[in-house]
Amino acid sequence: MSGHSPKSRVTVAEPVWVKALIMLAALGFLGFFILLPLAAVFTEALRRGLGAYLEALVEPDALAAIRLTLLVAVIAVPVNVVFGVAAAWAIAKHKFPGKSLLLTLIDLPFSVSPVISGLVYVLLFGAHGLMGPFLREHGVQIVFAVPGLVLATMFITFPFVARELIPLMQAQGVDEEEAAITLGASGWQTFRRVTLPNIRWGLLYGVLLCNARAMGEFGAVSVVSGHIRGETNTMPLHVEILYNEYNFVAAFAVASLLAILALVTLVAKSLLEWRHGAELAATARRH
Amino acid sequence: MKWFKRVAITTAALATLAVSPVWGSGQILNVSYDPTRELYKEFNAAFAKHWKATTGEEIEIKASHGGSGKQARSVIDGLDADVVTLALASDIDAIAENTDLLSKEWQAKLPYNSTPYTSTIVFLVRKGNPKGIKDWDDLVKPGIQVITPNPKTSGGARWNYLAAWGYAADKNGGSEAAAKDFVAKLFKNVPVLDTGARGSTTTFVQRGIGDVLLAWENEAFLAINELGADKLEIVVPSVSILAEPPVAVLDKNVDRKGTRKVAEAYLTYLYTPEGQEIAARNYYRPRLPQLAQKYADRFPNIKLFDISKFGGWSVAQKAHFADGGVFDEIYKPGQ
Repeated sequence: MSGHSPKSRVTVAEPVWVKALIMLAALGFLGFFILLPLAAVFTEALRRGLGAYLEALVEPDALAAIRLTLLVAVIAVPVNVVFGVAAAWAIAKHKFPGKSLLLTLIDLPFSVSPVISGLVYVLLFGAHGLMGPFLREHGVQIVFAVPGLVLATMFITFPFVARELIPLMQAQGVDEEEAAITLGASGWQTFRRVTLPNIRWGLLYGVLLCNARAMGEFGAVSVVSGHIRGETNTMPLHVEILYNEYNFVAAFAVASLLAILALVTLVAKSLLEWRHGAELAATARRH
Repeated sequence: MKWFKRVAITTAALATLAVSPVWGSGQILNVSYDPTRELYKEFNAAFAKHWKATTGEEIEIKASHGGSGKQARSVIDGLDADVVTLALASDIDAIAENTDLLSKEWQAKLPYNSTPYTSTIVFLVRKGNPKGIKDWDDLVKPGIQVITPNPKTSGGARWNYLAAWGYAADKNGGSEAAAKDFVAKLFKNVPVLDTGARGSTTTFVQRGIGDVLLAWENEAFLAINELGADKLEIVVPSVSILAEPPVAVLDKNVDRKGTRKVAEAYLTYLYTPEGQEIAARNYYRPRLPQLAQKYADRFPNIKLFDISKFGGWSVAQKAHFADGGVFDEIYKPGQ
């Protein structure tokens, strides 16, 4: 096979100037669309100095928004981890009728506009919704309160973990599990000792993406929030409110927190790919 | 499974951090429209102090702001407001019609048609008025870009629309057809419809789109205060509309939550000299004669007509802004 010899590799190489041009274009694009806006967020946030920046972050409404965002993520992400692992396990390791339907359904939140995802919950749980009057009678408030925000966020983020794990688990096959069972392990033991360690890095990867989206989601939570200051405003919604109040420093200060979250996610993601690339390879191929 | 435990512990720690007691009994929610943010920020603090001084109780007033029509929709869908302070009567009418939260005669419950302050519609243009905009007629000239929010979702936009309509009708001897033609031409000059007044202000001021913004008087003053008199100026048209943004207690909600007393006191406080002073400071025209006088030089003298020109809000709403109304007829984006 001459195709693998070093000689033929030279013939497919591009001239240096083409390579340089392509790299320049890529870097320019990256700088213009990603680094520039990112820098803008931080310069705007720090325009009146570090004091004003920190003041904007410890202001009670901002703190409430940060707390609420954490609360929503802390509920939504673990629930989606459980759901994602269960769904991925069922789909990757078993055969059953309706499997492809389940796969399609998992992808649904990716294809539906977030505004619709929010509106469904208003239609279901709103005062005139399907279950609204019943809930109201029993003093349960879902939309325009924290439960609605959690539900909308869960809906938006539920594909992340499952989508990450399914290809990974499919690639790994069922051999190790079968071996464990043959050796007398129970179902739970097999899952905990064999399946889970195999998928842990993929799982962590999914959790990262899921969390980033849960904290950053705007559209769906905007619909179900009711925009009550200090109560149902998550960080992205709070950014919009501050911006609309001409409070640009504070708006960008809160936005910079979200940007930092994105950067941390990115770094963690790169670290995972770098350290555990082989284990994630099955996933990576799909992206 | 050390990593598993570590993740679990971190999650638990975050959860404790995140959970906080937010629900107190001494709390009411005011669902308001877009440009009142600054007004109610100041007023809520003043009222909380007043309430503490007179009753000894702590009260926290929460606020929600957005396009007036959108806010009414949220209340109808179950946003648990104690009081609503919206841009126009028909939005509160909509709540009364679609729910049993308050009586249909709500507007008779407080003085001045339940409207503690008024405003009007003026033009905001770029410094030096480069396009020479003086009056309503200049808005329909070709090549002029007019910024206004969407009358379907924004109260301010409905006042804008009716102000233009009233001007054109008066100019043409009361001709409805001429007024309709004028407003249709005006909306042909609108490049983008935001959902609320504040969104339109941001479009005009921050994004630099358009030549003239149709704005609440208070919103125009605020934009100049916040963003500098070196960038913008107000043009006062020859005639405009008396905008009356009303307030109401949502009976069913306050009775369920046991907040009737404080909710009623909250709205009544808007009519006191202290409340009126705060309104005037935030560029709303006060109702109390002594304060109207005190702040007279702040507000330009405009010839104003009111909503009765259109047979009241219930008639105007149905004729112009309901589905299939005049606005739907004349506003066809992209044409």
